[in-house]
Amino acid sequence: MRNHGNADVSRRGLLLGAAASAALTATPRHGQAMPADADVPSAPHPGPVPIMNPVMNRVSLTVNGAAQTLEMDTRTTLLDALREHLRLTGTKKGCDHGQCGACTVIVDGRRINSCLTLAVMHEGGSVTTVEGLGTPAKLHPMQAAFVKHDGYQCGYCTPGQICSAVAVLDEIKAGIPSHVTASLTDAPQATNAEMRERMSGNVCRCGAYSNILEAMTEVAGQKMADQQNGRDPA
Amino acid sequence: MRPFTYERATSPADASAKAASIPGARFIAGGTNLLDLMKLQIETPAHLIDVNGLGLDKIEETPDGGLRVGALVRNTDLAADMRVRRHYAVLSRALVAGASGQLRNVATTAGNLLQRTRCPYFYDPNQPCNKRQPGSGCSAIGGVSRQLGVVGTSEACIATHPSDMAVAMRVLDATVETVRPGGATRAIPIAELHRLPGDTPHVETSLERGELITAVTLPKPVGGAQLYHKVRDRASYAFALVSVAAIVQPDGTGRVALGGVAPKPWRVEAAEAHMKQGAKAVTAGLLADARPTDDNRFKVRLAERTLAAVLAEARG
Ligand SMILES: Cc1cc2nc3c(=O)[nH]c(=O)nc-3n(C[C@H](O)[C@H](O)[C@H](O)COP(=O)(O)OP(=O)(O)OC[C@H]3O[C@@H](n4cnc5c(N)ncnc54)[C@H](O)[C@@H]3O)c2cc1C
Ligand code: SF4
Ligand code: FES
Ligand code: FES
Repeated sequence: MRNHGNADVSRRGLLLGAAASAALTATPRHGQAMPADADVPSAPHPGPVPIMNPVMNRVSLTVNGAAQTLEMDTRTTLLDALREHLRLTGTKKGCDHGQCGACTVIVDGRRINSCLTLAVMHEGGSVTTVEGLGTPAKLHPMQAAFVKHDGYQCGYCTPGQICSAVAVLDEIKAGIPSHVTASLTDAPQATNAEMRERMSGNVCRCGAYSNILEAMTEVAGQKMADQQNGRDPA
Repeated sequence: MRPFTYERATSPADASAKAASIPGARFIAGGTNLLDLMKLQIETPAHLIDVNGLGLDKIEETPDGGLRVGALVRNTDLAADMRVRRHYAVLSRALVAGASGQLRNVATTAGNLLQRTRCPYFYDPNQPCNKRQPGSGCSAIGGVSRQLGVVGTSEACIATHPSDMAVAMRVLDATVETVRPGGATRAIPIAELHRLPGDTPHVETSLERGELITAVTLPKPVGGAQLYHKVRDRASYAFALVSVAAIVQPDGTGRVALGGVAPKPWRVEAAEAHMKQGAKAVTAGLLADARPTDDNRFKVRLAERTLAAVLAEARG
């Protein structure tokens, strides 16, 4: 019988869980006996595979316009390649699990979480980080708008927010729908609701959200004005 | 993360053959689920086969008026395809309800279908979990199970399948196309892709080892009002507690599948005979075999209410 939600069982379960985890950590993980799954379709653990030494791999990609060739452990995420190998520390590591957006960069024109992709998967790719959007002397309009509207407090999430914000306006312009787009067949507009929804993958612990939205609104407005005047926005 | 060797596949058949023959080999597509789990050493592949370069990223019309969606089509591109927005709106809606913009830009059709559960104990290598470590026990049964499944679960595992997209594909009667290690292809109805846990919760799909998903085909459009409602703890960027994918025809007949409640997209065709009677009757059929925990009993009521809201919206 299943004792779903029974409080006593749950306490006992927790204690047993603790004992079992202690036992688990005591056993060497490598070569631990696993059930023979070889004949089970799609079993996620195909039995023990020996742990190998680190494997090196070469990857060539363009970062902020400059060609780079790196010799790296295959395990290196794009985020670690940028920060640890190329010393581009503008891009931040928050959660390292796709949950916060601090690592957002633009790869081949699209914003992605650089923590959940391997550098080796981007052979020939083109990466733009916050350092590549603009320079202190010539800020990208979104960077300037963040400064003007105080779109940050501690600043840790900011590079990811800025990369995301730039891409969000492009996504709206490209007509990509979002969860709050009322009609799937009409072109989405840069409304507050649209920008908030599309920025939900960027978490800010300081809660600078409303100022970020103001910055984006200003840039979205500039973009629209520029389009109407037949100018290409920067 | 454990060290691994890496290669780019050269053809679907080559990828499949290698995945079957190289010990510890796995496909990597977007990597948004696999790498997450590799960092926690819940997944420990020794060899990664990158399938991104296989050209499986196109959406094409089929001779019978349907759509064939390549396995590597990104979630963003599928949601934004005008044919999908017009004729398979439930799929666009489900896709944009999932994850974040950054993740959808990378996540693929096949990877989304094969993403693994979000059961918090599965994610914690220090806790017993039959899915992660067969035979070790299930920490969720008798533990914190608010987010877990209420139907289709077993004594061994009560985890849910977390995908939004898959729920819409189930209601659209999609078919999963694959290539097997010998080079033979097959078509698997989406209803048969995910397996119920029974006493082998670590075996999650009907795919063979090395079998590569190449595409998902959608039959020709069925029309109707197509809706996806997702109820979650945050307004965005959170997994479903309960979701409803529905296609409602002008005469009140239709189809319904639930997400967030079961180890696979949950659809019971017989329950759809009650569509005209309303949400209570349909949900009763859908969740007749539900065995909720005290923590997640609310999902039964929530499913009914969410469906009621969907039906009201469909009626306009
Ligand atoms: C913070 C966060 C929030 C999320 N929120 C949601 C949400 O709300 N709703 C939702 O639905 N999802 C959500 N997701 C999950 C996301 O949708 C999945 O991670 C994504 O769809 C997986 O696709 P991928 O291409 O990155 O898969 P991968 O990580 O590349 O692969 C996943 C699995 O599929 C296998 N695989 C990949 N391609 C193939 C193929 N062609 N044939 C056979 N096997 C293959 C891989 O070997 C692996 O086992 C979230 C993820 C994160 C990190
Ligand atoms: S519900 Fe399934 S995934 Fe979660 S702890 Fe139990 S066996 Fe593991
Ligand atoms: S560090 Fe990549 S999303 Fe948090
Ligand atoms: S400014 Fe501090 S986290 Fe966003």
